[in-house]
Amino acid sequence: MVPLSWYLILSGILFALGVLGFLLKRNIITIFMSIELMLNAVNLSFVAFANYWNAHPVADKSIIPLSGQIFVFFVMVVAAAEAAVGLAIIISVFRTRETLNVDRVNLLKL
Amino acid sequence: MVHQVLFIVFGLICVAGAINLLVQRHPISSALSLVVVMGSLALIYLLLGAEFVAAIQLIVYAGAIMVLFVFVIMLLNAGAEERTRGSRTALFVGVPGVVVLAGSVGWMLINGSGRLGSVSISSSNFGETRNIAHLLFKEFLLPFEITSVLILIAIMGAVVLGKREN
Repeated sequence: MVPLSWYLILSGILFALGVLGFLLKRNIITIFMSIELMLNAVNLSFVAFANYWNAHPVADKSIIPLSGQIFVFFVMVVAAAEAAVGLAIIISVFRTRETLNVDRVNLLKL
Repeated sequence: MVHQVLFIVFGLICVAGAINLLVQRHPISSALSLVVVMGSLALIYLLLGAEFVAAIQLIVYAGAIMVLFVFVIMLLNAGAEERTRGSRTALFVGVPGVVVLAGSVGWMLINGSGRLGSVSISSSNFGETRNIAHLLFKEFLLPFEITSVLILIAIMGAVVLGKREN
């Protein structure tokens, strides 16, 4: 028996580390990887709650316990689409700017 | 007891991989530590009885998406990260913000853990592929079809963006 809050705290730690990487890293690919880390952290709490609601059923039949895992599936689909488009954008930025540092991609800045 | 030991081991591997992602300066090292995080998350999903999710975590995330990342890093010949002026302001604004965020979330969870209850390894096998497929192709059929259109649009967008202009 593991308390549900342990899973949620692990998910929170991973999400905070993802936010930290998003803010601190200067390489555009590593920033993108931090976003993937945040998506993974959210998936962990979805799966933990799916297990929890399966073990603690409620009378309301409109709540499906397994829908947490279905939602993880959709998050993964969106993450795959996002990775394909985002990496294509990174390649096209690198072709025009010749750099991966986000501080050097500042044409829109005043 | 076994559940707790396994959770602590894989959770520690997860957090260590995530910290290594932040510490490493070369993107390829960060990508490989992200693979470690995703692999140990798949094992944690198995502890939670989510077999299908654990399998697609390994196949889609640790397999397909991370191969795409490593491929792009090698294609662009990305070297070690260089320090610039912008990173210092992010350090002074970002780190306190993240500490406040993590602290408040952790405090709320520790305070409310008595009300949340606990999870255990169930023998009911509820996350198996058959149950997921029943839900996915009945109740969630419309969102499933919409995601297939989304994937198609993403493929076309990636092809258009990646095309060399001449």
